[in-house]
Amino acid sequence: MGSKLIIILVIIFGVLAIAQLVRVSELTAKHTKRKEEDIPENENKFNANMMLIFMIALYAGFIYLMLQYGYVGLGPAASAHGQEIDFLFDLNWIIITAVFFLTNTLLFVFSWKYARKPGVKAYYYAHNNKLEMVWTVIPAAVLSVIIILGLRTWNDTTAKAGAEYENIEIFAYQFAWTARYSGMNNELGKFDYKLTTAENPYAVMTKANIERSLSLMKVGEPGQNGIKRIEDKLNDRSIILSSKERKDLEVELGRKERMSRLLEAMSITYADSLDNLANDDVIVEDSLVLLKGQNYNLSFRSKDVIHSAYFPQFRMQMNTVPGMLTYFKFQPIFSTDEMKRKMNNPEYEYALLCNKICGGSHYRMKMSVKVLEPKEFLEWQKTKATYDGTPWIDGNEAKLLEYYESIASRVNEN
Amino acid sequence: MAAAAQEAIHEHDHHEESFVSKYIFSYDHKMIGKQFLLAAIFMGVVGMMLSVFFRIQLAWPGESSDFLNMFLGDRWAPEGILNQDMYLGLVTIHGTIMVFFVLTGGLSGTFSNVLIPLQIGARDMASGFINLMSFWLFCISSIIMLASLFVESGPAMSGWTVYPPLSALPQAVSGSGLGMTLWLISLTIFIASSLIGSLNYISTIVNLRTKGMKMTRMPLTIWAFLVTAIVGVLSFPVLLSAALLLFMDRVMGTSFYLSDIIIGGEMLDNVGGSPILYQHLFWFLGHPEVYIVLLPALGISSEVISTNSRKPIFGYRAMIGSLLAIGFLSFIVWAHHMFVSGMDPFLGSVFVFTTLLIAIPSAVKVFNYLTTLWRGSIIFTPAMLFAIGLVSTFISGGVTGIILADSALDIQVHDTYFVVAHFHVVMGLSAIFGMFAGVYHWFPKMYGKMMNNRLGYAHFWTTIVSGYGVFLPMHFVGLGGAPRRYYDNSIFDTFNPTAGEMILDLNIIITVFAIIGAFGQCFFFFNFFYSIFRGPKAPLNPWRSNTLEWTTPTAMPGHGNWPGDLPEVHRWPYDYSKPGADEDFIPQTVPLKPGEVEH
Repeated sequence: MGSKLIIILVIIFGVLAIAQLVRVSELTAKHTKRKEEDIPENENKFNANMMLIFMIALYAGFIYLMLQYGYVGLGPAASAHGQEIDFLFDLNWIIITAVFFLTNTLLFVFSWKYARKPGVKAYYYAHNNKLEMVWTVIPAAVLSVIIILGLRTWNDTTAKAGAEYENIEIFAYQFAWTARYSGMNNELGKFDYKLTTAENPYAVMTKANIERSLSLMKVGEPGQNGIKRIEDKLNDRSIILSSKERKDLEVELGRKERMSRLLEAMSITYADSLDNLANDDVIVEDSLVLLKGQNYNLSFRSKDVIHSAYFPQFRMQMNTVPGMLTYFKFQPIFSTDEMKRKMNNPEYEYALLCNKICGGSHYRMKMSVKVLEPKEFLEWQKTKATYDGTPWIDGNEAKLLEYYESIASRVNEN
Repeated sequence: MAAAAQEAIHEHDHHEESFVSKYIFSYDHKMIGKQFLLAAIFMGVVGMMLSVFFRIQLAWPGESSDFLNMFLGDRWAPEGILNQDMYLGLVTIHGTIMVFFVLTGGLSGTFSNVLIPLQIGARDMASGFINLMSFWLFCISSIIMLASLFVESGPAMSGWTVYPPLSALPQAVSGSGLGMTLWLISLTIFIASSLIGSLNYISTIVNLRTKGMKMTRMPLTIWAFLVTAIVGVLSFPVLLSAALLLFMDRVMGTSFYLSDIIIGGEMLDNVGGSPILYQHLFWFLGHPEVYIVLLPALGISSEVISTNSRKPIFGYRAMIGSLLAIGFLSFIVWAHHMFVSGMDPFLGSVFVFTTLLIAIPSAVKVFNYLTTLWRGSIIFTPAMLFAIGLVSTFISGGVTGIILADSALDIQVHDTYFVVAHFHVVMGLSAIFGMFAGVYHWFPKMYGKMMNNRLGYAHFWTTIVSGYGVFLPMHFVGLGGAPRRYYDNSIFDTFNPTAGEMILDLNIIITVFAIIGAFGQCFFFFNFFYSIFRGPKAPLNPWRSNTLEWTTPTAMPGHGNWPGDLPEVHRWPYDYSKPGADEDFIPQTVPLKPGEVEH
């Protein structure tokens, strides 16, 4: 309460103070026959000098921010394409900083230098085609370079992933992420949002899941109406339904019948061999764990609204859009431990953040990301089971490790 | 025809106008312009207050603030701590109000109305009634938008771009209920207002120019308003269709934007829609909108800089050319907002190219401003200070656009505070500076009074210092990887505390400057309202300017603008310090001397 009073008092006194200032200036203006439309020499001079002072303050502020905060943030890019992006960023940054300093300096220095002086008339100078040509062509040339370099990096970054890329699906929903690894066959199992149930939250498509969903529609279970139970209810003369209740039930019945027809069609056209794709997938909910040096092709899908998968340290971002798959490929080049050393920060970790407004807890939608060395990665894999419950890794460990070593060695620093 | 019109106006003058017909339902373009200005100032104060609320949360997350509790109450700031949903609501409504109600309605609405007839030598707009409608629709839509702040479930909370599915599903966020419905209704009415206003501006400029006012003799303000109006007429209908389809998805169960969605445990029936379609439609307006906001400001600054440098604007034709080029290009750059939306990367590269092309006409404008200042005789009126501030911020905000237009770089900074900083420097500083320059410059013509210069200086210097103080550090928040629309950045503490600390440090600096800046606006509000009533009387041509509005025989022209014949135009509006002339300005109504070259 006390501070509310203070806020109100500050506002009231602020207004009164300005009122008094104006009153004073009004009286002095009357006294000196001052006219607002004629700017006196001392005021003009004051503003001219302020132009220079402001320019210096602006530059000092900018340089301070650059030195203090410019290189702290995220550390070096931890992915192969990220390094290209950082190079391009630095190049662009140098160009725009140069333009910023050059043009702002001209602006403020001209304003200061050409402030009105008694007896000096402005120079009537309406146009000069040659000069205008110069400052059309030079920006055009610089921009061409920026465009060509930019598109080269863009094309490299967004090119289609080859067969050697490991496929991982990132599934987004309010307000968390889940990863699905494609397992030993490097192919993700199919999915369909219609198969989403409490036991199958990621809508993975297998024969069993289809049958389960279908039976839920048709028969239902305690607490959930199936088609049969709704029909019974509607036909049972002993139950008295209000017209609204009846309407609601009829709508629900229509929906369920439609859905069950779709599921039936799915069940008929489904090839049982597709189960193999899904059965060796590995679903991981706590963190995304990656092998250093491996090429990954991430596919993204969303359960509800648009999210954006933002991996700031990998310079990577892609929206996740309901009803549509999106992709981003990349190669992590520093393990988490290497990055901790580089940043001299034992708490440093990679992260996947949501970067598209998606609801109240948007700011907490994070998944931690780990990039491991071959040995650790294999150890981690050994603790995980596939979709059908078998261990991810069975046998052949030595061979796998050798293979992982060869992958990691591609990005090892000498 | 002209004579008849004049008689009609004389007739009109004879009977005393009532309060209602003069101040409320006025047909007079100047009064309508002033109504737009007052409405925009009011909306601007609201928008600014909302931003102060969420800036407090960002600088001191989770700390109790009586100030927040006082304004937001126990519903949205229990114990003085901002509710996380309401945070999104504040951000959304702040953006909507500032972009549409202040910068579109306020800037273009005010100055197109006040200046078009006066500067082209017309009695009024082509249709006074449509003009009146335009303002009152604007007013109704403002009221609806403000009302949405008081809805129980909160205002729209999906960001000012209201992307579906978030904005379509009340299950996704509470603001997507009634608040969002009001948002859509308000915007629909706003679009109608803006469209009929723009059509009126275009027909007035095309048809009602006075004798001798060739297109190539029009002040750059009028050129800017013309291009703005054309861009608005061509792009706003697309937003209307986007809003309409969204409305149908919300209410009638259609699936334009929705597909395969499970929300709150419920499986929706919608199949086959695409949320990306909405983004294309929205940004087809959204990007031209940026120029709808900016071009009038650039027109105003051209006029103000030329007048107060006592020099012709350098490269008049190039200035027109660059306005037209920017207007045209603004239609083929929209998808640079969607580089990481999942759109085909090849399409992205096309938009990189077209977007970066805009830098060329923009650079031409900047260099022409600089050359206009060069060897001038600069008078620092408050309007001139703001015009110079506009050029500085236009540069600073423009160069970061080059980074964002480069799709490869946009991957990293997309939707971070870097973007927020970029568009605030261009729209929140540059365009607003243009608006202030316009108010200070034409206040004498609007109200027949002078504003106080010293308060104007104080206003400018606090505004530019706090403006840069807010938005320069904000770039570094974005480079540190902080996503926008985060209620707080505590998540960084879980994986990179150094970055988290840096972001918080910068956020405190930003908020302190934002509060100073908000208080700095008091200089303006006070000066503005005080001067309307108690300012010294304005002379006919206080800034010794050439354009037609200063040739009216009264400081505050009545309905019809010129009591006798309309003025005749003989030269372009930029004959300042022309060699051979006695004075350092030659109004457009002065005939060329024998042998004098126009320019």
